[in-house]
Order: sequence, then C-alpha cells, then structure tokens
Amino acid sequence: MATPLELVGRKTLDQLDYLGSFSIQLWVTLRSIAKALPFVGNRYRWKAAVGQMLQIGVDALPMVALMAVSTGFILAMQGASELRRFGALHYVIDLVAIGFTREIGPLLTAIAVSGRSGSAFAAEIGTMKVTEEIDALRVMAFDPIEFILGPKYLAALVAVPCLSIICGVCGIVAGGIFMFFSTHLGLLLYLRYALNSIELRDVISGMVKSIAFATIIAQVGCLEGLRVRGGPDAVGRSTTAAVVKATFLVIIADAVFTAIFYFLRKP
Amino acid sequence: MAIISIRNLVVEYGGRRVLDGLNLDVEQGETMVLLGGSGSGKSTLLRQLIGLERPRLGTVMVKGTDITRCSQSELNRVRRSIGVTFQSGALFNSLTLEDNVALNLREHTELAPPIIDLVVSMLLGAVGLAAFGKLHPQELSGGMKKRGAVARALALDPEIIVFDEPSAGLDPVVAAELDELILLLKQAYQMTIVVVTHELTSAFKIADRMAVLNEGVFVAVGTKEEITNSKNPYVRQFLDRIPANVARANAITNFFERYLETPEVNQ
Repeated sequence: MATPLELVGRKTLDQLDYLGSFSIQLWVTLRSIAKALPFVGNRYRWKAAVGQMLQIGVDALPMVALMAVSTGFILAMQGASELRRFGALHYVIDLVAIGFTREIGPLLTAIAVSGRSGSAFAAEIGTMKVTEEIDALRVMAFDPIEFILGPKYLAALVAVPCLSIICGVCGIVAGGIFMFFSTHLGLLLYLRYALNSIELRDVISGMVKSIAFATIIAQVGCLEGLRVRGGPDAVGRSTTAAVVKATFLVIIADAVFTAIFYFLRKP
Repeated sequence: MAIISIRNLVVEYGGRRVLDGLNLDVEQGETMVLLGGSGSGKSTLLRQLIGLERPRLGTVMVKGTDITRCSQSELNRVRRSIGVTFQSGALFNSLTLEDNVALNLREHTELAPPIIDLVVSMLLGAVGLAAFGKLHPQELSGGMKKRGAVARALALDPEIIVFDEPSAGLDPVVAAELDELILLLKQAYQMTIVVVTHELTSAFKIADRMAVLNEGVFVAVGTKEEITNSKNPYVRQFLDRIPANVARANAITNFFERYLETPEVNQ
C-alpha cells in the first residue's frame, strides 16, 4: 500500500506529465496552425477550420447571447439596488460596460464554449482514438496534430474573441434596457455613455483574455481526447475531464490576467 | 532482397516483454500470414511493421529503410508505400466513403479533381462499393466498412498492404468474399500482402507463407504445408483447436460447496 508521501509524489508527477503534454501539444499546434490559414496553408485544413468556426461560434451564438442578456440584467439590477442609495445610479452604466468588456464577456463566453465545444473536441478525438482513426491518419502519413488540432485551434482563436465581443454587446444592451425602464434613459444616450466609459485598454484586456481562454479550451479538449485509453467509457470520462479542467483553468487564468492588468494599470 | 525484414525485434510494455527477439523476412509479392492466439503479440508486431510504435531493440526494414530509427519524413515516405486496413476499418466517420478514399489522393498527389473522382470510382468499383460512395461509414455494414478500408488503402497504389484481422466479426460468406478480394489484389496488383489473423480457414486460403506467433516468439515459419505438418506443440494445439485451460466441473462444484459452508451464508 502506498504511503501518503508516495501518493503526493505520484500526483505531482501526474500533474507535471499533464503540464508537459499540454506545453508540447500547444507548441506543435502553434507550429502547424499556419497550414490551416487561408491562401498560404492547405485548403482542406482551412475548410475544416471554417466548419469548426461555425460550430464553435455561430451555433453557440443564441446561447451566449441569452446568457449575456440575463447576466446584463442581473448585473444592472444588483448594481442599481446598491448605487441608488448613494444617488449614483448612473454608475450602473460604467459597471455594466466595463464589467462586460473586461471580465464578464470573455468569462461567460469561455464557460459556454468550454461546455459546448471543449467537450465536443474531447469526445470527437477520443472516439477517433478508440476507433483507430488516429492510427489510420498516422499510417496515411498525416500528422494528427496538423490534421485535427490545427483547424480546431485556429477556429477557437477566431470564434471565441468574436463571441466575447457579441456577448459584451448583448450584456451592455441588456443594461441599457434596464436603465430605460428604471430611469427612462434613452438607449442611444445610454450607449454613448457606455462607449465613453470604456477605454481601449479594457477592450485589449478582454481580447487578450479571450485568446488565452480559447487556447485553454481547445488545447485541454484536444489533449483529453488524445489521452483516451481503452473503450467508450474512457471517452465519457475524457469529455467530463475536458469541461472540468478547462473551466477550472479558465478561471485561474482569468484571475492571473486580471491581477496582471490591475498592476499594469496602477499609476 | 526481402521487402520487409525484421531483425531481433524486442518490444516491452512497462517491463513486460511482448515481442522477444523476432526475425522474419517477407519477400516481394508474397502473402505472409501472421497467425497467433489472443495476446500472442501479433497486433503489437503489426504496429511495429507500420511504424506506429518504436521497439526497445531490433530493426524493421521496409524497402531498405529502418523505420524504427529513420526521420519522420523518411517514415512518411515509407508509409505512402504501405496501405493498411485496420480491424475496425477505421474509416473517418466525418467523411463519406468517397471522401475517405479520395483523402490520400487529394493530400499526397497533384492529381486534378476529375481524375481523383475517376480513381475513387474505380477503386470503389474494384471492392464492390461503387453504389455506396455517398454514404458515411456509420451507414455501412461491417464487411462494407472493411472493403471501403481496402479501397482507401489502395488509393496511392502501395507496394505493401497490411490487413489486421480482416475476417474478425464477419459472417462466413462476407469473410470469404474478403479473402477473395485479398487474392484478387495479389493477382491484379502483384502486391506484397501481410495479414494478421487467427482465422485458420482464411489464413490457409490466402497465405503463401505463415508465421505462427506465441508469447512473443515465432514458433514456426514456413509454407502452408510446412505449418500443417509442424510438430511444434503450440502449432498443433492451435491448428487442432485443443483448449489450453479446460473448465473443470468438479472444481466449480467444490467452490460452491465451500462457499455454502461459510458462516455468512449459514447465518
């Protein structure tokens, strides 16, 4: 029977193994992503990437928009209930606009995409491993990373930031609707105030987070799929692991990026 | 000179020796059948032959290239001259049968799309699937999937074709059809064929030579007649279908008698 020290050691080695696999896979995918680009790359990879963009982005749009509108209302109402006491109801506009641009837009999108597409990546690649399709690719002289992961990663890098922007817009508009009904502030005026409160660095920080989240979701989903060993039950486990690990890592990365941007912003 | 030459091949998984110093030559144009029971190491040997795994010791020379030590580009060059049909077929579920067969031609050749369509039709016609090109693999029967996999393996006109358990899971009629197809390939394309199987009927029908594998070593290598007349105990047991571990009725009775005498049951 293993001692507690052995268990801790084994767990640590497992985590280091995972981190190493993640890093190697990320590096190889980054090197192969050029082959999925239009004009300069392989047209079949680009076609696959566009298909993935539609799945990750367009198909998730209604869900992300609805989540953003709901969260926009919640944030505006919760903010208004406290700010009203200080006669600072107009700060709801700043709260919603900055909150969605810097934080909630990218995070909400990442959680939605992680649940939809991260799990789908793991399930698809895991099934391909179980049915020997990955081996078939290799014996046909294809690199599975370039063939499968390159288009998926490129699609995530494009679709997740786009979804984050749409998520932010929907959330801000939801805040505007709340302000219209609670203070009769016109929507156009609200949008003007909202745009004034957002700075370029807020948009940049949101986009940087989106790209980091897209990387985490795509790489974790694909890695979990590639680590499948055994039968269909292993595919199920990898799907669950992909969502749990991606969501966990997204929140950790969010905290790290928020801290970095906070200290960069300090005068 | 042999087209495939295996020398002192040793494969270990976690310290357990699965293949133990194998030596084998496969001559150009011959059909070599690798026979063996479950767990004998024949699938591991197949993975070595197609470069999916690297051995602990030894060499696998294919067309003069040692695929255990060559670079990735050399391995890919060798792989383009080997067609592989996996046990499950391993057709890509996301593609139609036509696209599965066309994949190699689109990616590894400069052929114009109309020529590729023509070659695909010819290959599907050769395996009796001309009318099923628009279907996805999940819409095909087990035998059709395997024939589709043969068409895909033939796409680049390989010099060597490898079959992993071609008859497994098929009814006798479909299995016989697949055997006929293998014989036809040998006659029509003058290919070197390596078949991994444990089906004796099929093996004796298609083989020029056979190698019988048991516990990671070849216990007999020779022509059909030599294998049939072999005095090796394992070969005799395998050919004469003698069970290794006979279920003993009295052992089962004793077990239940002891179980019924235990205090837990009597309470």
